[in-house]
Amino acid sequence: MDAAVRELTYAQAIQEAMAIAMDMDERVFLMGEDIGVYGGAFQVTGDLVERYGADRVIDTPISELGGAGVAVGAAVTGMRPIFEFQFSDFATLAMEQIVNQAAKMRFMLGGEVSVPVVMRFPAGSGTGAAAQHSQSLEAWLGHVPGLKVIQPATPHDAKGMLLAAVADPDPVMIFEHKLLYKMKGHVPEGHYTVPIGKAEIRREGCDLTIVATSIMVQKALDAAATLEGEGIDIEVVDLRTIRPIDRQTVIDSVKKTSRLLCVYEAVKTLGIGAEVSALVAESEAFDYLDAPIVRLGGAETPIPYNPDLEKATVPQVPDIIAAARDLVKGVR
Amino acid sequence: MATARKAVVDSRANLPFVYRQYSPEQLRGVLHKMYLIRRFEEGAEECYMRGLIHGTMHLSIGQEASAMGICMPLAEDDQITSTHRGHGHCIAKGAEVSRMFAEFFGKTTGYCKGRGGSMHIADVAKGNLGANGIVAGGIPIAVGAALSSKMMKTGKVVVSFFGDGANNEGAFHEALNMAAIWKLPVIFVCENNGYGMSTSTARSTAVKNIAERAAAYSMPGVVVNGNIFSEVAEASFKAVERARAGEGPTLIESKTYRHRGHSKSDRNRYRTKEEIEDWMANRDPITLFENELRDFGFIDDHGIEAIRDAVAKEIADGIEFAKASPAPEIATLENYVYTEHA
Repeated sequence: MDAAVRELTYAQAIQEAMAIAMDMDERVFLMGEDIGVYGGAFQVTGDLVERYGADRVIDTPISELGGAGVAVGAAVTGMRPIFEFQFSDFATLAMEQIVNQAAKMRFMLGGEVSVPVVMRFPAGSGTGAAAQHSQSLEAWLGHVPGLKVIQPATPHDAKGMLLAAVADPDPVMIFEHKLLYKMKGHVPEGHYTVPIGKAEIRREGCDLTIVATSIMVQKALDAAATLEGEGIDIEVVDLRTIRPIDRQTVIDSVKKTSRLLCVYEAVKTLGIGAEVSALVAESEAFDYLDAPIVRLGGAETPIPYNPDLEKATVPQVPDIIAAARDLVKGVR
Repeated sequence: MATARKAVVDSRANLPFVYRQYSPEQLRGVLHKMYLIRRFEEGAEECYMRGLIHGTMHLSIGQEASAMGICMPLAEDDQITSTHRGHGHCIAKGAEVSRMFAEFFGKTTGYCKGRGGSMHIADVAKGNLGANGIVAGGIPIAVGAALSSKMMKTGKVVVSFFGDGANNEGAFHEALNMAAIWKLPVIFVCENNGYGMSTSTARSTAVKNIAERAAAYSMPGVVVNGNIFSEVAEASFKAVERARAGEGPTLIESKTYRHRGHSKSDRNRYRTKEEIEDWMANRDPITLFENELRDFGFIDDHGIEAIRDAVAKEIADGIEFAKASPAPEIATLENYVYTEHA
């Protein structure tokens, strides 16, 4: 490995992005539960309170609704808050402020205000935290005009997309899969941004397009590596943003490969896979399809506690391999 | 003891707060604005009945002294968040009725370019961050605005108006707690008009006075007669001073009454005709203030007539402006969802 390539974990990349944002702009500050001396439930804020002080790294009471509203109010009046939810599940407590206020305020007021708030949501299963601390609710927020919703899948993107989110004049919701926090990868030093609304082709291929989000991107890449040995050449599209969705990258990829598999952790029904499938079916890419579109999503159940049940709830690499192989070989 | 001469010079010394604090011209201006609020809402109601305005609206007729009293000590760049019953707050904070009518008519010249209507009326330039269709929705936002004021050291004070119904929402409690622990320059103003839609506060609220809730958040809780302008303004003045001094928030409960129903669908089945008529005949805030001004020699009948005529003209002109203004193009439907990048 090139010694010059610096690696950070996904959590470190987010922390570095927040520090850079605070260095660059005195309006940027952090709010959330136990993000100060505790360092955040997942140690994402870490020691930032020591570097920036308790006035810029603000521990809130356990008040998700009120806290989200305070962040919205601060954003509307000139500040640039980054609000951390301890778990994405707790968005349910704050939906009023997110959906009725943050998303709609600019529109309702005829463009007289902007709401430059960033909200971070540690999401997903795999930690044994059971049904109320393991959900993937990004599609709920993806349904709301006025919000932008992103799911960085790598440490590089976690930093670059957070810095893009802080610079964005509109509310940006960041869903961070908790199992990614310890993932290591190349993260450039200093300030850079990764655009919101642009998907990324992580691997080029010609037999099948896998559109994946968040942690499923790496699983799709692992599956693709295995299937390469069988002569199956898979293209992996990392959607990165679910609102606004990058339709063109998906359409172009499907036109090239003629097959589409959507892989995401959230409950399968009425999820991002339905949206991606529909956008392809509605586009010129439909005529290029050689096989039915297939979705692999979460089971129609809350996330269970038992580790074997928990794993079985969401798509795993063998599931992706089997689905991809069947699609390419025409079994489906 | 003060000399007799001093007493003559300070002839207003025994009058209620506002008559000592503000000039006669300012006080006549308050009466003008109270009439402007009343006539604006009557005008809006009439336009609604005639089918010129669609949707619904929540009228604050009977609550004018509360809106004016709270806003009296505020500076132009102080900020407010308001409620679904927010027309009075908007006018009290300095909005023009012509652009408010235009908003109700759904026109591009309206404060929200026809996207918000009555329930989201706002005037950001004058510090009104917007009415809100969600009960208690604006309270945490006001606390956030106050946090901005503290962090940016702008000296701004923020007022959050809400109704009695909001005091049973979680957002109210979360917001008051945060404002108190961070000593933010915010004033919580509960306009208690006795009913959350049809449910009386006696049936919905465990405490007799909503101001008692303040004790749970270690802030002053003040009850005022919301129909007496001077009482409201005095409480607001003290709360603003406290907020500007960095001493933290205050909860003011302004007890008042809405003459009209909750919204346009209300059949008034939960209160008696006698109750409504009593408030209208004996406790109308404009009549009370007008009588005081006249009794204390700040205005005469001629002056009152002049105010009423000027307001009538403003309202008529405002409605004409709204009628003549252009409607939004359908092609602009998706504007303002996101910030446009030039």
